[in-house]
Amino acid sequence: MPRVVVDVMLKPEILDPQGQAVANALPRLGVSDVASVRIGRRIEIEFTGEPDLDRAREIADKLLANPVIEDFTVRVVTDETAGAPS
Amino acid sequence: MTARVGVVTFPGSLDDGDAARAVRIAGAEPVRLWHGDPDLHGVDAVVLPGGFSYGDYLRCGAIARFAPVMETVVEAARGGLPVLGICNGFQILCEAHLLPGALTRNQHLHFRNRDQVLRIEATGTAWTNAFQPGQEVLVPVKNGEGCYVADPATLDRLEGEGRVVARYLGGNPNGSQRDIAAITNEAGNVVGIMPHPEHAVEALTGPSLDGLGFFTSVLKHLVGAPA
Repeated sequence: MPRVVVDVMLKPEILDPQGQAVANALPRLGVSDVASVRIGRRIEIEFTGEPDLDRAREIADKLLANPVIEDFTVRVVTDETAGAPS
Repeated sequence: MTARVGVVTFPGSLDDGDAARAVRIAGAEPVRLWHGDPDLHGVDAVVLPGGFSYGDYLRCGAIARFAPVMETVVEAARGGLPVLGICNGFQILCEAHLLPGALTRNQHLHFRNRDQVLRIEATGTAWTNAFQPGQEVLVPVKNGEGCYVADPATLDRLEGEGRVVARYLGGNPNGSQRDIAAITNEAGNVVGIMPHPEHAVEALTGPSLDGLGFFTSVLKHLVGAPA
């Protein structure tokens, strides 16, 4: 079933304390070559009919993201392309 | 005639009971409003209380903004109805675009719960006219996502137009930009505040009685307002 994936990320200039906390934990894993970590949110939408990118964009702009602090992208994925480990 | 002040209950509201009690102690009649009912039942003002509306899923206040009652509140607020958003209510007002900016996760990531000194910066609003300019008040603060952010132009506009209503003194509990604790809209009828004045209205349960001023202010405002 094709679906629309909406990725929401805090804008670059907005402090992401969650990402920072994760970044600060990485040295404890022995990882020392990470400059920064930012954490976002992925939302998958399945329409009853064909995936509708314009509708998804509207949903994202009005509800899924707060444009004051967040950016978002929308894309259609099929089962073959959806988040398969590469 | 006693003023009637509506207090909205959303699924997940916590402080609606305290807000209604504060309204009563201030001398008004609290009217409980339900999130699914768009009718404001003729109230003279509305309080959006603290808590975790709709579980704070997605973002704090993001889903509450689309509650049936909010469509009516937004319209009435644009027409001058006094609306006070406390904590989660502040978040809802920002999500509903009645106030600019947004509330994000506290910078230190900790939930903060303490008595907080605020300086009242704007006394021309419907909810702060009982205070003196520069008056310091003590009210509890308790939030996990109370860090106020907006772009620099918006912050400058708020400062320039005297719309920063209250600022944190003696330590910023959440990293809010420019120590902002409360702001108002252009007309001064809509105020969002992150600390909890409704928890400082009785000696038994609060650190002071300073919070009462917010609720007596709206009564004063309503008496002065044209019918």
